[in-house]
Amino acid sequence: MTVQHTGTAGQDLERIDGVAKVRGLAPYAYEHQVDNPLYLHPLQATISRGRIETIDTTQAQAAPGVVAVMTHLDAPRLAGTDDAELAILQSPAVGFRGQFIGAVLAETPEAARAAAALVRVEYTEEPHEAELRADRDDLYAPEQVNAGFPTDTRDGDPESAIAAAQVVVDQTYTTPFEHNNPMEPHTTVAQWVGDELVLHDSTQGVHPVRQTLAPVFGIAPEKIRVIAPNVGGGFGSKGVPHAHVVLTAMAAQRSNGRPVKYALTRQQMFFLAGYRTPTIQHVRLGADASGQLSGIIHDVIEQTSRIKEFAEQTAVPARMMYAAENRATSHRVAKLDVPVPSWMRAPGECPGMFGPEVAMDELAEACGIDPIELRVLNEPDIDPESGKPFASRHLVECLREGARRFGWADRDPQPRSRLVDGWYTGTGVASSTYPARRQTGNTARIRHDRAGRYSVQIGAVDIGTGAWTALTQIAAEALGCNAADIDLQIGDTDFPVATVAGGSTGTTSWGAAIIAAAQAFRDRHGDQPAVGAHAEGEAGENPAAQEYALHSFGAQFAEVQVHADTGEIRVSRMLGVFSAGRIINPRTARSQFLGGMTMGLGMALHENSVMDPRFGMIVNHDFAEYHIPTNADVRDMEAVWLDEVDEHAGKLGARGIGEIGIVGAAAAIANAAYHATGIRVRDLPLTADRFLA
Amino acid sequence: MDAEITLHVDGRERTFTVDTRTTLLDALRDRLGNTSPKKGCDHGQCGACTVLVEGRRINSCLALAVAHDGATLTTAAGLADETDLHPMQRAFLDQDGFQCGYCTPGQICSAVGMLQEANAGHPSAVSTGDGPTGTPLNDEEIRERMSGNLCRCGAYVNIVAAINQAQQAAPQVRQES
Ligand code: FES
Ligand code: FES
Repeated sequence: MTVQHTGTAGQDLERIDGVAKVRGLAPYAYEHQVDNPLYLHPLQATISRGRIETIDTTQAQAAPGVVAVMTHLDAPRLAGTDDAELAILQSPAVGFRGQFIGAVLAETPEAARAAAALVRVEYTEEPHEAELRADRDDLYAPEQVNAGFPTDTRDGDPESAIAAAQVVVDQTYTTPFEHNNPMEPHTTVAQWVGDELVLHDSTQGVHPVRQTLAPVFGIAPEKIRVIAPNVGGGFGSKGVPHAHVVLTAMAAQRSNGRPVKYALTRQQMFFLAGYRTPTIQHVRLGADASGQLSGIIHDVIEQTSRIKEFAEQTAVPARMMYAAENRATSHRVAKLDVPVPSWMRAPGECPGMFGPEVAMDELAEACGIDPIELRVLNEPDIDPESGKPFASRHLVECLREGARRFGWADRDPQPRSRLVDGWYTGTGVASSTYPARRQTGNTARIRHDRAGRYSVQIGAVDIGTGAWTALTQIAAEALGCNAADIDLQIGDTDFPVATVAGGSTGTTSWGAAIIAAAQAFRDRHGDQPAVGAHAEGEAGENPAAQEYALHSFGAQFAEVQVHADTGEIRVSRMLGVFSAGRIINPRTARSQFLGGMTMGLGMALHENSVMDPRFGMIVNHDFAEYHIPTNADVRDMEAVWLDEVDEHAGKLGARGIGEIGIVGAAAAIANAAYHATGIRVRDLPLTADRFLA
Repeated sequence: MDAEITLHVDGRERTFTVDTRTTLLDALRDRLGNTSPKKGCDHGQCGACTVLVEGRRINSCLALAVAHDGATLTTAAGLADETDLHPMQRAFLDQDGFQCGYCTPGQICSAVGMLQEANAGHPSAVSTGDGPTGTPLNDEEIRERMSGNLCRCGAYVNIVAAINQAQQAAPQVRQES
């Protein structure tokens, strides 16, 4: 007889960190009680490129409450300066507007901020460039793109195939400059205790922070402790430490051992915490009259910062999404005098599924077939890129299930034909996909604390994904006990090493380590362990990744209303159907899918960081002008999933769900807007003016 | 310049000295160690700092502490006593009305204040008459009235569900005007 334990993986369990969070008592980085802190306010460059000639801190130094003012003239020298984003205050050079050029340390936040305004800086300006355009003559091919993907790929002869095709779509699509904007600003509280650095940091990975900072400060990683039990969202922007962590730790070298607190302002976050590069995507599809694809070409142009390269892998999904014998993809990058781009939820897949999925809608119309049928027709038998079989590819089931739930069968394909009370209504669909990777380098420790109770330690971080709950459930299942018997401990480098909460790899990678530790624990101690018995386990690679292509898939459906007179656009309905392997907690999983779709709605309708190239300035750098979805923007939205366990995704059977919810959402909305209005918008966001033809 | 003020926060009287530039939010977080209200923007653009002042919801980042000398404040930490949860907090847990939890104390204070506003007969931009539409409030009214509280995790669907649960658990009698 098997015992049914409560709260194990697969069950609906309330968030175990939830009670503290609804009261506001779970401490985020700024909120840990530290003794006698100092407060930091930064100095930022007000030019886009050049050098500081003079920097006069006299008045600031003398201002009330000020303890220190630090500039490139007197800042501590860093041991490692290879990463130019992090090598701040080491020279008078300015690489982009908003870059850190100094800091004020004071007894109160008000005093620090007021004193920072008293610093006078003179620069020699050099000509800068801040505008991404397809006709630039200095676009270059990076050595590789993010996550180690090849820059370009080519199979067969897609140009000839498309030239010979009966039906061709040849269009350019653009996605804007976007900012992650987690609600909790990036925050670091730094204190040197002897030769050890203690950081309360708002990060997606405690061990990655220490690993990155150790060479910068020239100390052993073990000399850095990073603590992050609760993090208020990240969406990629807290995946790698940005310069503020270095600035705060440097300032703490000038504080006589007092802790230094620094939370970026919302405005500062637009310059200093990463962002999604704008993309210009040239998509060419060639098909026969039935819609069977013969050629796919996806050429992407994007930007990086001149001081540090981040080349997003935008064209990667076009390599594996649909069957076409002839395929080519490329990435070309402009180096600009702009802030350093980084990860933002589904880098690569999210923008990279916009152009191609709108192009597929255009192809379906050109061929006179249903956009779902077009996708079904071009479903590959094996991964077109690697030639491996898919471990699990249920795109067609997602599309069919979505069509059934959404009422797709009744859809009249004719655009601009449903006008009710002044609103044109339309529906659209797009595919979604995201790779399933497992990160190696995770270890978990399990200890039998007292009769029937186990502590489970790993340096994982819950950025809102539900890791506190899901990892507890995984541990309970692996140990054969109730969730209530597990005391999970995460978010601290004092616990065994863990990889970043990113790339939809957290739960699966950390979970694999917990399962390995539970296995080691039971092997060594059996079912009747002594109190104090403990074991560690490490997760290796997923061996199935050698033989199979591991990806998740989904189908996004949207219904859109566009006002006939004003062009105002509303998303009245959204449905996502996902195939992501096993779902560890249906409650938190649904929230994550919905959250991704909501951010996708923002991408479709609102989000656009406006660069004024004359000044290298992001002009709409706050929530009043950089719009993210509000409550009223989200109406009838639902997310469901196929009931499955991916037997090739390790013992857990899960593939990760943090990012797939955003992928394809904007394309579905754009396709619905076309169906509503007959106006094909290929440039995001879909603002009202676009529909006033 | 400093000034001495008294605040009644979550049932406790606190007298302390603040820089007159200090916002109510920073007074709570940096001076009194009450970090239940969060700072998401410091500009009145996100709602993370929402607290109840004399029962009304406000963005505490837009208020100067000295301007509220003597005021009675409730944060999400003080909505219920320590061993209990307010029905709105229970509903946010039941409906998974959050992910990272950073906007959550503000959402919850805002929701409590919002239902009181509706109960007092205040209309919103989507109300069809002089007062709120629907008893209890319909979803459109809830969404409109909660749109000052941003959630980047995108928990809106569940936030609306939570507010529905809470208003149904404790139905408010609409005052006839
Ligand atoms: S912190 Fe007050 S509204 Fe954002
Ligand atoms: S729960 Fe994360 S911002 Fe709302």
